[in-house]
Amino acid sequence: MVRLITHNILACHVKGCTSNNFPLQLQGVQIELREAEFNPEFLKTFLPKIEWKALVDTAKEARDTSLPLEQPEMLDDEFLKNLHHVLLEIHIEEGTMICPNCKHNYPISNGIPNMLLAEHEVG
Amino acid sequence: MSRPELQAPAEFYYGDTEAKKYTQNTRNQQIQASMTYRALELLNLPTSSPAFLLDIGCGSGLSGEILDDEGYIWTGLDIAPSMLEVALEREVDGDLFLQDIGQGLGFRPGSFDGAISISVLQWLLTAPTSHHTSSPPFRLKKFFTSLHSALKNPSRAVLQFYPSDDDQIQLVTGIARQAGFGGGVVVDYPNSNKARKVFLCLFVGGGMSGGPSSDSQQV
Ligand SMILES: [Zn+2]
Repeated sequence: MVRLITHNILACHVKGCTSNNFPLQLQGVQIELREAEFNPEFLKTFLPKIEWKALVDTAKEARDTSLPLEQPEMLDDEFLKNLHHVLLEIHIEEGTMICPNCKHNYPISNGIPNMLLAEHEVG
Repeated sequence: MSRPELQAPAEFYYGDTEAKKYTQNTRNQQIQASMTYRALELLNLPTSSPAFLLDIGCGSGLSGEILDDEGYIWTGLDIAPSMLEVALEREVDGDLFLQDIGQGLGFRPGSFDGAISISVLQWLLTAPTSHHTSSPPFRLKKFFTSLHSALKNPSRAVLQFYPSDDDQIQLVTGIARQAGFGGGVVVDYPNSNKARKVFLCLFVGGGMSGGPSSDSQQV
């Protein structure tokens, strides 16, 4: 149950991995689509926090190309519905998230990513 | 019986049996629910816009179900796989992560509008191994520094926990302040041994003005 809204705020937290540690790359993922309640007010408040390019790229990896390459200034209903779908209805159920910098693997199993680090990776 | 956090680390203490027992216990559910509502009250979120929240030590989703009911979008972290499995079975809406908060959180700066934590911090006050990264001050510092960064400015985090004495309260608040938080501790029912509840109320950048009035004792 990792939705892309959460994937978009995730960065690697391994010791010393502080740059180029976002977005975590998806590998061998299984996707599930689950309907969620459309809440345009929430989307508007969340919009400024989104790293847009990362979201568009990740959505593509999940075979969704509904988002424009540039974040639009006009928030019409069609855009908000597409954004809603990408952020809150695409769930990553299985697979791996890989740090682009240190290559740490965060496995996702049964919808739950394992973010635990080994002792030498903490600090 | 001695306190659970002194018996074994959370991920071992809450095995399959304990996780189910804990979740199905009606009295537990009531206490967890009332503390969750109180934490949300202290969080003082603007009612006009829906918020994106972090549930630290979300366990089996007892607090998460309330966040769902209240219309929040949330992400939950827990170190006990058995608890997360129960949360999955209960079909909470939040994203669930297997994570040791004492290792620090990996979120981009300013991601969350607020954070709550119910009955979790005391687990950080015991040292699981002899490695230096497992000392309580080290783990508290990792946790609070990364939490401060993950929250937007201004916002609040409200963490209910069970300190064993005032020294633990001092230790926790001291490290939270070093990490950049303002705020302090609110104690509900300070004169009752049984009902006494300690809430660490942390502010990022002033933590939004105002707030619910409290008759509780401020420490
Ligand atoms: Zn990394």
